Amino acid sequence: MKSKSAAFPYLVWMAIFIIVPTALVAIFAFTDRSGNFTLRNIESVGQYSNVFLRSIWLGAVATLICLILGYPLAYIISRAHARRQNVLIMLVMLPMWMNFLLRTYAWMTLLEDSGLINHALNFLGLPSVHMINTPGAVVLGMVYNYIPYMILPIYSVLTKIDPSVIEAAEDLGADGKTVFLRVTLPMSMPGIISGVTMVFVPAVSTFIISKMLGGGSNLLIGDLIDMQFLGSAYNPNLGSAISLVLMVLILICMGIMNEFDENGASEGGLMV
Amino acid sequence: MKVASRIYTVLIFLFLYAPIAVLIAFSFNGSSVMSRSVWTGCSLKWYQQLFQDKMLLTSLRNTLIIAVVAAIVSTAIGTTAAIGISGMNKWMRHAVMNITNFPMVNPDIVTGVSLMLLFVAISKFMGNVSLGMGSLILSHITFCLPYVILSIMPKLQQMDPNLYEAAQDLGCTPVAGFFRVVLPEIMPGVITGLIMAFTLSIDDFVVSYFTSGTTQTLPIFIYAMTRKRVSPEINALSTLLFGIILFLLFVINIRTSREIHHSRASGKEV
Repeated sequence: MKSKSAAFPYLVWMAIFIIVPTALVAIFAFTDRSGNFTLRNIESVGQYSNVFLRSIWLGAVATLICLILGYPLAYIISRAHARRQNVLIMLVMLPMWMNFLLRTYAWMTLLEDSGLINHALNFLGLPSVHMINTPGAVVLGMVYNYIPYMILPIYSVLTKIDPSVIEAAEDLGADGKTVFLRVTLPMSMPGIISGVTMVFVPAVSTFIISKMLGGGSNLLIGDLIDMQFLGSAYNPNLGSAISLVLMVLILICMGIMNEFDENGASEGGLMV
Repeated sequence: MKVASRIYTVLIFLFLYAPIAVLIAFSFNGSSVMSRSVWTGCSLKWYQQLFQDKMLLTSLRNTLIIAVVAAIVSTAIGTTAAIGISGMNKWMRHAVMNITNFPMVNPDIVTGVSLMLLFVAISKFMGNVSLGMGSLILSHITFCLPYVILSIMPKLQQMDPNLYEAAQDLGCTPVAGFFRVVLPEIMPGVITGLIMAFTLSIDDFVVSYFTSGTTQTLPIFIYAMTRKRVSPEINALSTLLFGIILFLLFVINIRTSREIHHSRASGKEV
């Protein structure tokens, strides 16, 4: 089929709804309210470097925890019987079908000062612990919401590893640990990379998790953007500048991740 | 599975499901006082309140309308786009796929904000039409399109190109060739794309939040509810949604396993 023109409506659509809006963000970022060119917005993003650093830090911590918790589970599932594998993967995906606002709300009820965890602690004669509105609660919310995005791509790469490769390593005298470190782990790298990006991007740019579990004191980049567009500090020009910086930041991260993925064969990216 | 991995699996699933279980349990809580965590007997009153909530029903209706329209339109545009893209030369295909991947890589919040800027500009141009269903549907189609295309492309690549040429040699017009040869071949991908678009649309909060104006969708309604400190209605709503999802997945699973049986019986690979 040589029918390039079939893509025409799509190209027009993407031009209007992806390219023009992205250009608008860039234009707003470099103009002031009356539409004159200015660099002030970009410069004032610098004031919020602590917010950027906090977002990147919390996002990175959450991504690391997802990897540490998720990899073993993906590995265990990939080693189970075929029938059980399907059930377990279904169980990993099921919470994702519930709206993430509800999942985050569930943690609110567990973590708050008069919440269920503190009730349980008091019941056991232990003192209450202040958990909600702390950075830890935000990280917990990120891990809880995004861990399936880590497990699924790693799992799909692990199941594609040819068992005879592992047998070959064993035949050549490698013990369990060596097989894992020198064969399984390197071969699952594409899955790890797509897992890391799929967790890190939404975690860095979230604004709901920090709002619900972090109170007002743990502002993230997403909260800043939200405030400039729909919140009290209405200033779309500054908001666009922050969005632009966030976008560039994410694209750089993706570029770095792709460098890691030398084989270029990251098939684990899309599972569904 | 060894004991250690069994324990590990159970612990992770406990972590994943305990909050949902608590949410569901407290939807049946009779307490009307200011606490989400004091158990005072069973009751269904939050469910009653939920169904009397007019805002909820409106937002549910909006969500379904948007999801149906967005799924159908993005599947139609996405299917033709996938066919067009597969007919392009390598360089052009590469360029177009980069644009396609962009909204999936770009953080949702930036997509939402950029679309908001576009719609605000358009509405000013058209004499202050406010954002609402129109802008929601347009933005949902936009973020669904890449997923539709990516679920159809592999099916097109698997397809034998000779099939379409054979149809043309036998006198099929291009349109008839598409509907009678290409479409049946790529149908599984099209259906997957349609379902994905539908669920993505229903579930979306971030993009909707910035492009909805004052129109409410279900996720926006849920968000407004969570901003009020205490509202056990959310628990009731979550329970209902979870029940519906479980039911749908159950039905889909039964259907697919039947299909697999069926196609195995007829000797065709799925």
